[in-house]
Amino acid sequence: MTINTHPALPEFEYFRPETLVEASEFLARYHGEARPFLGGTDVFVRMRDGFLAPKFLVDVKNLDGTNDLYFEPQAGLTLGAAVNMNRVIASPEVQAHYPLLAEACRSVASYQLRTRATVVGNICNASPAGDTIGACLTFDGVLNIHGVSGPRQEPLAAFFLGPGKTTLKPGDVVTAIHLPLPPEGCAGTYLKLGRNKLSDLSIVGVTALGYPDPSRPSGYRFRLALASVAPVPLVPAQAETYLANDTITPESIREAARLAAEDCSPIDDVRGSARYRKQMVRNLSARALTEVWERLK
Amino acid sequence: MAFHKISVTINGELEQVAVPSNMTLMRMLRESLALTGTKNGCSAGECGACTALLNGEPVNSCMVLAVECDGAEIITVEGLAGDKQLDPIQEAMIQEGGVQCGFCTPGVLISSYALLKRNPHPSENEIREALVGNLCRCTGYVRIIESVKAVARR
Repeated sequence: MTINTHPALPEFEYFRPETLVEASEFLARYHGEARPFLGGTDVFVRMRDGFLAPKFLVDVKNLDGTNDLYFEPQAGLTLGAAVNMNRVIASPEVQAHYPLLAEACRSVASYQLRTRATVVGNICNASPAGDTIGACLTFDGVLNIHGVSGPRQEPLAAFFLGPGKTTLKPGDVVTAIHLPLPPEGCAGTYLKLGRNKLSDLSIVGVTALGYPDPSRPSGYRFRLALASVAPVPLVPAQAETYLANDTITPESIREAARLAAEDCSPIDDVRGSARYRKQMVRNLSARALTEVWERLK
Repeated sequence: MAFHKISVTINGELEQVAVPSNMTLMRMLRESLALTGTKNGCSAGECGACTALLNGEPVNSCMVLAVECDGAEIITVEGLAGDKQLDPIQEAMIQEGGVQCGFCTPGVLISSYALLKRNPHPSENEIREALVGNLCRCTGYVRIIESVKAVARR
């Protein structure tokens, strides 16, 4: 067997629509043959590896509003689909109100890859390993989608169906991710375990967000999202409910972390075994929750 | 497969190039424009040997389609030196011994150049973070980092 270490991209036609309507119509007409792309950082790799062979690549950057990043003090953050991760990291608004999102973006690959990589692309790629998805989930993100029948919104929490599978329909283009205002007094962290300290895909990723919530018996709410341990980015609901209802102590955090690991259904792969992943979910969840709890107290 | 006619400014010179849809910026630089300073390492956005500046920001040129660069400004390693004057980061890389086999050097230079543009006095950690996407199998990185520090100290 010979391995071509420098495979060229297979043949395809490049198409750049001028408007969202044109993009949706084209993608619907050539459903199954056309694929939208933003930075291409996932799509090009999978095409070179022979997993994808679209007839058309549809460049959905440069469409109405997709290059905008704006924060409204009443409504929250709207992050256009084509806004690259370096711009997210450098944004004063993101740093001030959603530092967890900036932290997650900083964990992705390298600076030169993040010039191209986008948060919306990371979401649409629907990899369970997506580093920025957890932050968007814990902030209760909502997707702005343009389809053949016009624009609509969908909550991110119901978006993922399986590895690479989402609720998107033929002709749909995600134009932005909207994050509502962050909960008052919140603190968050993203702990990523890779094969090296920086730049690798995650073996396990744990996003934790906590905030005071007087309506809960514990007085706090904790949100968790787990990467690379299930067919979709996973929200371990048992652990979240447990922490909302019990007094927060080192013991209850350990129990919540155990419950989080229980919710996972990881696989063995080149980066780690299922068993190892489960144990790391428990350890990293405990560490993330403790860190967030220390900052809330 | 259709060819696209694009206009692109490369190292200050306007070029007209006809590129097929599946041609990457890296292949256009090397094969259409004979700018072979930009290297083809992994073709997967991992190694950084093909790093070039696209509108002032470093990209893995193997992960950008040439057709997407219509109207853009590209700087490659060939564009760093003036007529008779190397860029300070090139000087420092020679002085500090940051070059061994040389294959990663063009990408390292572009990444370092871009870092020093956006942050003229980076800390060692900032240098390491900025160069995470440039793999070097010879130097062990220490001398590369020393080179960037030497420019940062000026």
